[in-house]
Amino acid sequence: MKKLLILSGKGGTGKTTTAAAFIGFAKAEAFADCDVDAPNLHLVVQMDTKPEQTTYYGSQKATIQPEKCVGCGLCANTCRFHAIRFEAGRYAVNEYACEGCGVCAYVCPQQAVTLEADIAGIQALYRGKRVFSTATLRMGRGNSGKLVAAVKTALSEAAPDKELAIIDGSPGIGCPVIASISGVDMVLIIAEPSLSGFSDLKRILKTAAILGTRTVVCVNKADVSLENTEAIEQFCEAHGIPFVGRIPYDHQASMAINVGMSLADVPCPARDALQKVYAQTMKQLQGGAA
Amino acid sequence: MKIAVLSGKGGTGKTFVSVNLAVATQNATYIDCDVEEPNGHLFLKPEHIQANPVHTLLPDFNTDKCTGCRKCVDFCRFNALAFIKGKPKVFPEICHSCGGCVLVCPAGAVAEHGHPVGRIEHGAFGDVSVVTGVLNLGEASAVPVIRAALAEGLTGERHTVIDCPPGSGCPVLESVSASDYCVLVAEPTAFGLHNLQMVVEMVRLLKKSCGIVINKMEDPYEPLEGFCRQSGIRVLCRIPYSETLAKLNAAAQIAYEHDESSRVLFDTLLQRIEAEVKL
Repeated sequence: MKKLLILSGKGGTGKTTTAAAFIGFAKAEAFADCDVDAPNLHLVVQMDTKPEQTTYYGSQKATIQPEKCVGCGLCANTCRFHAIRFEAGRYAVNEYACEGCGVCAYVCPQQAVTLEADIAGIQALYRGKRVFSTATLRMGRGNSGKLVAAVKTALSEAAPDKELAIIDGSPGIGCPVIASISGVDMVLIIAEPSLSGFSDLKRILKTAAILGTRTVVCVNKADVSLENTEAIEQFCEAHGIPFVGRIPYDHQASMAINVGMSLADVPCPARDALQKVYAQTMKQLQGGAA
Repeated sequence: MKIAVLSGKGGTGKTFVSVNLAVATQNATYIDCDVEEPNGHLFLKPEHIQANPVHTLLPDFNTDKCTGCRKCVDFCRFNALAFIKGKPKVFPEICHSCGGCVLVCPAGAVAEHGHPVGRIEHGAFGDVSVVTGVLNLGEASAVPVIRAALAEGLTGERHTVIDCPPGSGCPVLESVSASDYCVLVAEPTAFGLHNLQMVVEMVRLLKKSCGIVINKMEDPYEPLEGFCRQSGIRVLCRIPYSETLAKLNAAAQIAYEHDESSRVLFDTLLQRIEAEVKL
């Protein structure tokens, strides 16, 4: 299975819109949404099956049993995450700050601290002719990289024979992005022609390079600044990164999303440009088998 | 007054709103907590920057003292330690710096050293104090850098605008916890609404008061308008999509300084936020 991941560094450049269009063009039968912090792909890929939902457990969380606690404060003083506070006359764990390291339980002289399983998200897997793996991280939970890895594993296990998988990534360069990049064949980066977009593009390109993954770049909303688009294209050329096309700003893109459609099904300038970007990207994906 | 600006979805205009609010507020501090992709400094172009590294702690094993008892390896819940050739070895990218291995070692063989994960840049743009957290490339956890940025910026009684990362995971929570009012920037699309609902849930759990800014408005998106009405959250302002703003944004120019209608808009927004905070 060839895995194509769509990333951007900066948020809101059009990752999900592009992923949904590619799924349409390729008639892809395997796809995943790795933006577990703010998933959206399910809103625009019309699935005709119901998903199997599974609970995702993250790090355990500490709980202090008040009847055993003598209020010595050793746990609060030892916790590196400032997760234990003295509130209303007793020590209590802030579940959002606790990383489940177990140090508090180790230092407590009263054995008043236990570590409990914690639901950190929900995974959803749509099976059938088309397989779609997605997940939602529970609010304020960490370890999203582990959930991203679980989303990808679920896809590979449910659709081992599919030739192509299209994976929608998350913004940024941190934990979930690093987990998304691991094991994919190529990354398509959707850049925005703003100075912020350019700065973020450079950071995500370097991150992908550190992880040793091939990248190609396109620019979305190119007409907002042809000058910056030109600069991005030249930057890619100078660094030997294939530039796979420009997509114009198109009001119909958000209109398509708002009615739950993929741009692949809406005739408009952005669709025509995306189709060319798709063809170029597939050529790179097939050609450069590493 | 500490205002957090967040959105769930990326690219809705958090930095645009934060930067212009900070400029509209006199003597404000702007803190960029989107440490994975910090952009506020591109607009504010701060001068006199002082940069300080952010470190997390990693264990060092003294092989002379280590008896090979494995207690540290067994204790580590993150599987960041492996037992290789009778000695423990750390995988830095998985270590959470909890200090557990130091505590459990009966031979006193574990010490810690600082490992750089990012930096805090502190400068000034006119009367705006600009604090930027920058995560090093290839580092997984943004949280230590966000904590350091907040610690650097949240001093004294200055008005503060916190530009949060996208999403609703732990880095966002860390940024929002420090605020006393949240501005939620939403885009009038199905994606924008879906992610707005996620952050509203978070803000409510943290018991913060909040208001909504609808950005890049073309036609009203009825499901978003309906959500705002039903949730009872005030729409603080609607910013129309305009080519002028898109071009200023592309060139990293501050709208408040170059566009009269933006100046009026952000002055009004600031007054409305101040009125909300006083309630």
